[in-house]
Amino acid sequence: MARVFMKGCEAIAEAATRAGCRFFAGYPITPQNEIPEYFARRLPEVDGVFVQGESEVASVNMLYGAVQTGTRSMSSSSSTGISLYSEGISYCASARLPIVYVNVGRGGPGIGAIKPAQQDYKQATKASGNGGFEMIVLSPSTVQEAVDMTYEAFDLAERDMNPVLILTDGVIGTMMEPVELPPMKTPEEIAAMKEARRPVSAVGHSPEEQVRILPGGVGSSFEPVNIAAAELYKSWVDKDVRVEEYMVDDAEIILTAYGISARIAKVAIKELRAEGIKAGLIRPIALHPFPYKSYGNLNFDQVKGILDVEMSIPAQMVWDVEHAVQGRCPIKECLRSGGEIMTKEKVLNAARELAKEVL
Amino acid sequence: MERNLIVAGFGGQGVMMLGTLLAQATCDSTDKHVTYFPSYGAAMRGGTANCYVVISDDEIGAPVMDAVEDLIVFNEPSLHKFLPQLKPGGFLFVNNSIVTSDPGRDDIKVVEVPVTQMAIDMGNPKVLNIIMLGAYVGATEVVPKEVIVETIKNKLGKKKPEFLPMNLEAFEKGYAIGAAAR
Repeated sequence: MARVFMKGCEAIAEAATRAGCRFFAGYPITPQNEIPEYFARRLPEVDGVFVQGESEVASVNMLYGAVQTGTRSMSSSSSTGISLYSEGISYCASARLPIVYVNVGRGGPGIGAIKPAQQDYKQATKASGNGGFEMIVLSPSTVQEAVDMTYEAFDLAERDMNPVLILTDGVIGTMMEPVELPPMKTPEEIAAMKEARRPVSAVGHSPEEQVRILPGGVGSSFEPVNIAAAELYKSWVDKDVRVEEYMVDDAEIILTAYGISARIAKVAIKELRAEGIKAGLIRPIALHPFPYKSYGNLNFDQVKGILDVEMSIPAQMVWDVEHAVQGRCPIKECLRSGGEIMTKEKVLNAARELAKEVL
Repeated sequence: MERNLIVAGFGGQGVMMLGTLLAQATCDSTDKHVTYFPSYGAAMRGGTANCYVVISDDEIGAPVMDAVEDLIVFNEPSLHKFLPQLKPGGFLFVNNSIVTSDPGRDDIKVVEVPVTQMAIDMGNPKVLNIIMLGAYVGATEVVPKEVIVETIKNKLGKKKPEFLPMNLEAFEKGYAIGAAAR
């Protein structure tokens, strides 16, 4: 298929449209404005609905409502805007609704900076709202991956009847790269998807058959709902871990990173190898469930150090890496934050320093 | 091989369009890897604007980097900000209509293109970026000339066909200066 040159945000919106997404609500915030801008033009062309909400809180609750009709629905925001989504996302998780949403991360905390960052890792993977719910969280390293993940996210969400989050950053969101776009779902396919969700939708029923989007119902116990959800979360560990291991077999130091930082680390590894430093990469593609085994199963007689590369200060993913490594080798950090972008030169210097220390 | 370029200037000088045209042409007409990353302040016109273009035979890591092979500067502040990032042996393209400082480095190749004045002489100050794009392609031959011409026709010619001849002429003028500096 011919490749087209697209901005990350626009590619995400086009991929969602092709996946059959026909509802988007959102509120403007840099650096993800090209997503709503694209949808505003694109969705009316395919009989979809675009709404610019009056706030993030309104937008996420429109999403909460729209997805209950069986229509594939999504939203997007950035960091501080995603914080405002917390309550709505928690409601969707509690009601087991298959929404898809995208966080195009920027500097933080608070209003932070409009430039790119990876400072929402813990929020995305540990607690995107109250109540201890979990979601599959995917993080692309290229615009192509952003396209493929968005396209698939709706299937994952509907498979599990649970929200899916795509956590990316302002670099992937605003950069342009060649992509191959997936096929457009036909109107028949979209109608069939909607029909398949009729039994759990809030519309399309006679009054006596009406579904309540309130798990456990009013006044009854929530515990069975939470037990069922916990079973779902556990099932991901076996089937939904996604990880890229690159040149790990003979590696003496391991670089680990996700998203934009990972593609930078990967190229740095080629240069380190050329200098005689045996480096490898572990890249979580799904941030949740996290690939603990990839770290836990390393041969620590051979691997002498790990370098955690993130655009976040303090580091966040390192918490999960430490959990897997359990003190069996030193973990150093190579970090930037607040809108400053990771560069290959910085990764190379940090990796050389680590190699000097531990090898 | 990988080639990194920073284009920098004022908002309104066509910095982003130059980068987009180069990257788009590379995507359309070659099988190389290419990234384009824009960076700009809150002001559309008169603020700072810069973009990064990477063209490579291999997978591209960082779309933003500390060291580049090529640098295009449209104004004085951009020269001072980005010159330290230009690698020895690199190409510096200067809009010497308004950039008057001496770069003060003898380890780089400097191509002076008075694009602001040339564009005014052509009757449209907006084409300065297309002249500079011509100079860049002429000097570096990073992608074939025909490829860029085709992209200019597609991207600029369709929207406002009345400006196409002027854009193509601007490109050729710049290309001649670039080619002479090879």
